[in-house]
Amino acid sequence: MTEIWIIILALGVGTFVIRFSFLGILGNRALPLWLLRHLRYTAVGILPAMVTPLVLWPEATGGQMDPSRIAAASLALAVGLWTKNAIWAIVVGMATLWGIGWLLH
Amino acid sequence: MAASTPRTAYWRGFRAALPFTIVVGPFGLLFGVVGTEAGLDVAQVTGFTVLVIAGASQFTALQLMQDNAPTLIVIASALAINLRMAMYSASFAPHLGRAPLWQRALIAYMNVDQTYALSHADYEAAPSQSVAAKAAYFFGASTPIIPVWIGASALGIVVGEAIPPALALDFAVPITFIALITPALRTLAHVGAAVTSIVMAILLGFLPWNLWLLFAGLAAMMVGAEVERRMGARP
Repeated sequence: MTEIWIIILALGVGTFVIRFSFLGILGNRALPLWLLRHLRYTAVGILPAMVTPLVLWPEATGGQMDPSRIAAASLALAVGLWTKNAIWAIVVGMATLWGIGWLLH
Repeated sequence: MAASTPRTAYWRGFRAALPFTIVVGPFGLLFGVVGTEAGLDVAQVTGFTVLVIAGASQFTALQLMQDNAPTLIVIASALAINLRMAMYSASFAPHLGRAPLWQRALIAYMNVDQTYALSHADYEAAPSQSVAAKAAYFFGASTPIIPVWIGASALGIVVGEAIPPALALDFAVPITFIALITPALRTLAHVGAAVTSIVMAILLGFLPWNLWLLFAGLAAMMVGAEVERRMGARP
């Protein structure tokens, strides 16, 4: 309970400090190139790692591989790469999952 | 572009941001639904959306909390995802560094992917605008996006309980992330980072406390940076 609020407050303050950093405190100083190079890949570096176990070993199936979830994720990936459109990728991914679920029942 | 006054800049930002509410709305809704299902109460879900305003990190924190990861790991992993915003902050500094402190603080608070991308593109297209006009553009872009994010999350709390489990909404989170990542895979360096991230997540899965997430992210960043350095080209 209090633990959740500690997480919320720490994330709120920490995220604000990150966003305020150069704009507010450090001013017009240029970032070293090597640091900029690494920062560019934070989102694309962490999010796939987080998604991987959710797709391969989902909790909803007790950690067992689920072909319909893997198919849904693969199609969402393909549509996202093809259209570069997040909305279409979500629509196709969820429709795949529901479609397979409906066919099997 | 003709010299823009703060007023015209504000409305230009407002109009440019409107289509993005279509992305922000469902994402916020999903956080409300998933957060409620994870056992958070109304105040906690709202606390996340209002204080953090960073969907990807909020979902990460939620996921790790459900996995019973230690508090410190939850905070570190979720903050790591937001590190990219230090880059946003740095690229705003030459344009907005001389705005009043309260404006810079407010801009920092609302500097999310969408408001950043729109404003940065506008500043690059018309760099000679006054600082006041640039700040006004940012506030214009924030006006539809931030309230829609918060409102959609609140709606998610309300409708969450009415959604049947057969909809497998648990899986909407990974699907949404896949959808958000793929448009960003525009260079070999980005692809290299993403592939490293997946491989490391599988290889390091045995590590305790969800440490694999931080290590996989770190390794992926290093691969992305190294590929970029060798290619010798900025994306």
